[in-house]
Amino acid sequence: MGLTNRPAPSTVTYDPPSQDGWVATRLDFLVNWARANSLWPMPFGTACCAIEFMASAASRFDLARFGMERMSFSPRQADVLICAGRVPFKLAPVIRRIWQQMPQPKWSIAMGACASTGNIFDNYAVVQGIDTIIPVDVYVPGCPPRPEGLMYGIMMLQDKVKRERMKDEALRHEMVPDPTSKLYIPPSAIDELSEPFGNSVQQTRSGL
Amino acid sequence: MSRAFTIAHAGAAAAGAPAPATPRAVPHRGGPVSPSADALRARFPDAVRRVDVVWGETSVYVEPARVLDVVRWLHDDPEQRYDYLADVTAVEFRDLEQPIEVVWHLRSLPFRRFLRLKAQLPKGAPLAVPSVWPVYKSADWLERECYDMFGLRFEGHPDLRRILMWEQYREGYPLRKDFPLRGRFSRSEQLRQALAANPEARYSMEELSIADAFEDLPQEMRQRLAAGPRPGE
Repeated sequence: MGLTNRPAPSTVTYDPPSQDGWVATRLDFLVNWARANSLWPMPFGTACCAIEFMASAASRFDLARFGMERMSFSPRQADVLICAGRVPFKLAPVIRRIWQQMPQPKWSIAMGACASTGNIFDNYAVVQGIDTIIPVDVYVPGCPPRPEGLMYGIMMLQDKVKRERMKDEALRHEMVPDPTSKLYIPPSAIDELSEPFGNSVQQTRSGL
Repeated sequence: MSRAFTIAHAGAAAAGAPAPATPRAVPHRGGPVSPSADALRARFPDAVRRVDVVWGETSVYVEPARVLDVVRWLHDDPEQRYDYLADVTAVEFRDLEQPIEVVWHLRSLPFRRFLRLKAQLPKGAPLAVPSVWPVYKSADWLERECYDMFGLRFEGHPDLRRILMWEQYREGYPLRKDFPLRGRFSRSEQLRQALAANPEARYSMEELSIADAFEDLPQEMRQRLAAGPRPGE
């Protein structure tokens, strides 16, 4: 599973007697270490995935081990948007606005099949994956994923955070949607993303 | 406005009736007809088209134009007292020739009775029935949902607009048989339309009390809201 043997993105050896109270490291490493271990989640729970998310936060699985015990219900103080559940089109501008209200640096996790792809809800009302609305860092599969699954996703995100470099400016730039289409990615890409099977576009309830 | 009310006890008016029991071996068709159906036939001989009993439940087909009269009488008559409107919905059949049926589920708590009213709206004509809102205030959102999903006009409804889909939704009525399962527009177009609107403008002021969104509301809605308190309050 790689849960126990993750490659360390960077290591620091610290030997107090010989170093006499000081330690040298890269600023990158220090900042990333601090960020990765105190990711404050913004829970955006819309469906049954939110139940598993609550279970992850509760005592048995204890997200506090990852520095995530503070659920930030205000996007201004959040680092990770965890979208747990399906997002209907009516909620699309809401999650978009929450994402835009979060300050940089920020990351997002699409928890569960609905948030990642729309799942079985291939219908007129449900967004086919939140990656068509906001950029997504980690997709957690499952319907719903167990808390272990979510925690694995969080640990993957921590790995990603720890590998970031300050000189990489793209990470800190707020993405601006296209002014006319209001989308981050081209419409053709969205159509391609949302039609994995491409067989039900013209489908009606009765075959008429 | 506070108003004195009396607590309804189920079966209170049906003195001497046997205690309620789970029905056994109910036939698919036929069986005892609800006494309300006979009373309706006697009272509205020209409005009642036919009476069906399916799985022990009585359905009365009424003239669409007379629905409000029938419902009002069922609600007010001391021998009926249908005081609870459980549901308003509609059925469209796969057969295009078959009319759309509007269905009202009525329940009489004092008499422990259930009655299903149906009105058939032929295709081709404007789909409109009288609203039962003057009798049952609970019909407000039920009829709005029915309008949202099927496009049926409920004449006399105080505030007939979409309730599940947003007000600017332009793809049609999702539960109609000719509506594609994935909607009429492409995914990117649906998303573009969904994202283009102000989130607060999706909801009316009386639902969220967000004054900021007032300027973004449709013109017709702004006029309605600016006109003062909503009817029925």
